[in-house]
Amino acid sequence: MSSVSVGPQGGSPRAISVRGLVKRYDSVEAVRGVDFDVAPGEVFGFLGPNGAGKSTTINVLCTLIRPTAGTALVAGYDVARQRDQVRRNIGLVFQDTTLDSYLTAEQNLRFHAELYGVPRASLPDRMRQVLEMVGLWERRGSVVMTFSGGMKRRLEIARGLMHSPRVLFLDEPTVGLDPQTRSSIWGYIQELKRAEDITIFLTTHYMDEAEYCDRIAIMDAGQIVVIDTPEALKASVGTDRVKISTTDDPAAIAALRDRFGMEAKMSEGAVMFSVPGGEQFVPRLFGELGVPITSVSVARPSLDDVFMSYTGTTIRDAEAASSSDFIRMAVRARR
Amino acid sequence: MAVSEDQALIDSRRAGEGPRAHAVARVRVPETGMAHELRAVKVVWQRELIRFGRDRMRIITALIQPVLFLFVLGTGLSQLTTGTTQGVNLRTFMFPGALAMTVLFTSVFSAGSIVWDREFGFLREMLVAPISRASIVVGKALGGATVATFQGVVILAMAGLVGVPYSPTLILAVLGELMLLSFTLTAFGIMAAARIKSFQAFMALTQMLLMPLFFLSGALFPLGNLPSWLRLLTRVNPLTYAVDPIRRSVFAHLDVSAHARDVLAPGLTWGGWRVPIYLELVVVAAFGIGMLMIGVAEFRRAE
Repeated sequence: MSSVSVGPQGGSPRAISVRGLVKRYDSVEAVRGVDFDVAPGEVFGFLGPNGAGKSTTINVLCTLIRPTAGTALVAGYDVARQRDQVRRNIGLVFQDTTLDSYLTAEQNLRFHAELYGVPRASLPDRMRQVLEMVGLWERRGSVVMTFSGGMKRRLEIARGLMHSPRVLFLDEPTVGLDPQTRSSIWGYIQELKRAEDITIFLTTHYMDEAEYCDRIAIMDAGQIVVIDTPEALKASVGTDRVKISTTDDPAAIAALRDRFGMEAKMSEGAVMFSVPGGEQFVPRLFGELGVPITSVSVARPSLDDVFMSYTGTTIRDAEAASSSDFIRMAVRARR
Repeated sequence: MAVSEDQALIDSRRAGEGPRAHAVARVRVPETGMAHELRAVKVVWQRELIRFGRDRMRIITALIQPVLFLFVLGTGLSQLTTGTTQGVNLRTFMFPGALAMTVLFTSVFSAGSIVWDREFGFLREMLVAPISRASIVVGKALGGATVATFQGVVILAMAGLVGVPYSPTLILAVLGELMLLSFTLTAFGIMAAARIKSFQAFMALTQMLLMPLFFLSGALFPLGNLPSWLRLLTRVNPLTYAVDPIRRSVFAHLDVSAHARDVLAPGLTWGGWRVPIYLELVVVAAFGIGMLMIGVAEFRRAE
């Protein structure tokens, strides 16, 4: 497992540096020895099913929980020993909203700025800048209770930026949002990367969202399975996914096994199998399968396939099968 | 990673700290200091006031109970007690109790906002900020105390309706006593809220504690000739030490006989020694500060 890797701007000081991180709750080991580095300016994603230890790791990095073992430096400061320095240099957007819904958008930001000691003179400019970035400047006087889920999430991102943090943590930034809002949140995150001198660390269990990251760490059962760029990860899978519909699916599966030596299975009403160079394979398939084919599709490897190839399971199955609920409950009980 | 390497990383990061030219309105957050902590206390306090101002229902509902006690119970019961109140209206006698009750419920429920904040996530916003836990707790305590004092002032404004004169010295004295009591009771609520994670449990605990505290405080009866078990219970109740000064202040401004004053507002005694008002107030303040410190310790421990 080559989990130690140098970021794209290797040589400059690291935004996050984690070594041998372990977090144990009574009987559950939520994080089991994690190492990684994040370079300044990078968008770094933690990908994995619920209960993989992503939120626990983020909570350690945000100084919310103390690590059982190992060290973690954020913006150069130790998360266990220099907590106030870490806190001053990070912005946080949690899975669950942490806005005061009885206050206006502006009051929420002002509260945050005062807690972080943002100089009063720069407050109005900064407030306007972050609110305009997330498109909420016009709604600054509205009580947060009247906001939609997407607006609340945008406001939380704006608030997390109020004190110009070096590292912004986004824990499942788009969970529970509709697809359109999700993509607009990603628009803001991309914009943010351009406008601010900031490192972004996020967790997600949406495979498609991980593609927005510069680098991805795949986490499963408390450990990092692999860290690389989305492109490199996809290339490492090497095989394409072919789906065919036939007039006789069981015969097609048998034929694939006998004539091509391939293990196919039924998935969503079609015969599915993986093969290197899928597009070149399809003409052969038509000639040699011996079962009439009614439709065919070839998909390039996705991060789903990457996850599958590294963990041997799909992310959905991993979520269903893992004891994630127990771990999450244990985490919640500590808050 | 070796320690020296850590240090090198930290040093290089510090050295690299400087204003960044290309970032518009990038703000510099100063190192932690007293001024910063005071700003935090102030904004936590302000938030309590803003939220209280938004919640008009709460302002009104908090006044219903004391008004019922004062005007319904006070008027109704006075038919039974005319002979024993030395010519003093029962409502006048109960007025300090009604003030204490207003402050009691408002303070403790204000502190309950910590439990709400935890449930709705806002507490995390405060706990991840680079400020001391004490600043959060003190801000909350001052916020709750301000809100409760305000409610107490609304009842205090009804003084004329129950035969208590609007004397400036009386109002100032009672106002000071209400502020102190509000602070102590909010501290009590915060201490409870620091440990209790669910709002239902907080409500259950406070319901269970508040009525006994109120009944055993002498808010509704004189502290004089009590049976020894009840005398003991009133003496260990911190609320007693807050109700008594208010009653003594009120009675000092009433035009009543010395005998009536002795019977209805005899003052608190420790084994025959009459405890001076200042000492009573010191007891209340000490309880408040002590409970606040426990609250801060709870939040520190929970990290």
